[in-house]
Amino acid sequence: MPNKSAGLTGRALAVYSKDMKVELRSKYAFNAILMFGITTLAVVSFTLGQSGLSASLLAALFWIIMFFAAMAGLAQVFVREEETGTVLALRLAADPTAVYLGKLFFNLSLMILIAFVITPVFFIFTDAPVDNILLFVLVLILGIVGLCAATTIVAAIISKAGIKGALFAVLSFPILFVLLLLLVSASTRVLEEATLGGIALELQGLVAYSGVMITASLMLFKYVWQE
Amino acid sequence: MWWKIILLSGLAAVIVFSFITPAPQNIIGEASRIFYYHIPMAWIAVLAFALAMIYSIRYLRSKKIIEDIRARSAASLGLLFSFLATVSGSIFARVTWGSFWNWDPRETSIFILLLIYGAYFALRTAVAVEEKRASLAAVYAIFAFLTVPFLVFVVPRVVPSLHPADSVIGADFKFTMGTTVRLIFFASLAFFTVLYLWLFNLTCRVGVLYRKIIEEESL
Repeated sequence: MPNKSAGLTGRALAVYSKDMKVELRSKYAFNAILMFGITTLAVVSFTLGQSGLSASLLAALFWIIMFFAAMAGLAQVFVREEETGTVLALRLAADPTAVYLGKLFFNLSLMILIAFVITPVFFIFTDAPVDNILLFVLVLILGIVGLCAATTIVAAIISKAGIKGALFAVLSFPILFVLLLLLVSASTRVLEEATLGGIALELQGLVAYSGVMITASLMLFKYVWQE
Repeated sequence: MWWKIILLSGLAAVIVFSFITPAPQNIIGEASRIFYYHIPMAWIAVLAFALAMIYSIRYLRSKKIIEDIRARSAASLGLLFSFLATVSGSIFARVTWGSFWNWDPRETSIFILLLIYGAYFALRTAVAVEEKRASLAAVYAIFAFLTVPFLVFVVPRVVPSLHPADSVIGADFKFTMGTTVRLIFFASLAFFTVLYLWLFNLTCRVGVLYRKIIEEESL
């Protein structure tokens, strides 16, 4: 752990690299999210058949898979601290803002890694045509940022509560609903016509959503983190 | 005491006049009378959420448990009124659009509001320590309230709407509501709001007394 004199970026990066080290030792969260995603994907693809699915159905399926994959493992970053009893040490070693940013970056890298695996497999399984890959990747990245922005503080909340597993999805869904709606709408249009101008409204909404959620989390996180 | 008499006679007058005056909307007919009750319910559901958020902020600033009791009381009544708004809206949807539920943006928003209230109470029951429960619930209430602007401004643009609200409280408001209709509607809105605030006050007092009994028993 760094001393308190290091800058905010330095302190956040220290929390991030600590979490990365812990994750690389066990790979628990990564495996949980990845296998959950692949399993859901296989079930969906197997039951619906290979081709001929409409763009809106494909977009909805893709984001439902991503949502449940995220629900399977994103809480781990805080639950782990509670289970191993390292909360107090981390609370002493770093300030709330640095902890929040470190954990947010950790969840972001986790989801981006997962998306790297799940997205190609999704397109192979469903045989969906994508004309504009760059635009789809842009929506995907904004979606992952939004997912992590909204769920990181919820993960911190549920790590202090009794029943953790079910509560994470219950608390996250109402907040993520708007995001999922925007993402499904944007992805549908990307799969259908693939122009940047066609999804301008959704892109604005996605950026605004992530901005609001991260700002609010930075302001509220200390009330969750400190006893 | 005097205001309770006004409230009682006011609500009685609203109920009587909402049925004996001509129906507020010609095309839908008699069923359109539900709007005298449906809109106040929906308005109170949102008002209660805003109150819960304000008291949650006050709790986080002062750490006084009374603010948490107020936030919880506002939310518990909000849950009741959002349920009433959902049910009355659903009945109205059956009459006008032919099905009880069709994921119109307004239906979606009220459903998400119901889910948020549900999640809020699920969180409260999952935390045993009082102070911890209060601050976690407060953070969640504030965080969840931030989705309201998105539900109001973003969702209707992404999902197509059939809801008549845009013509009732929209720009052409004056054309769709006559003087009698407007009078009954705003009286209903005002009296139901007062009723909510009274219920809110009672729920807070019950909450305080309940906490006192628990404390005395544990001594």
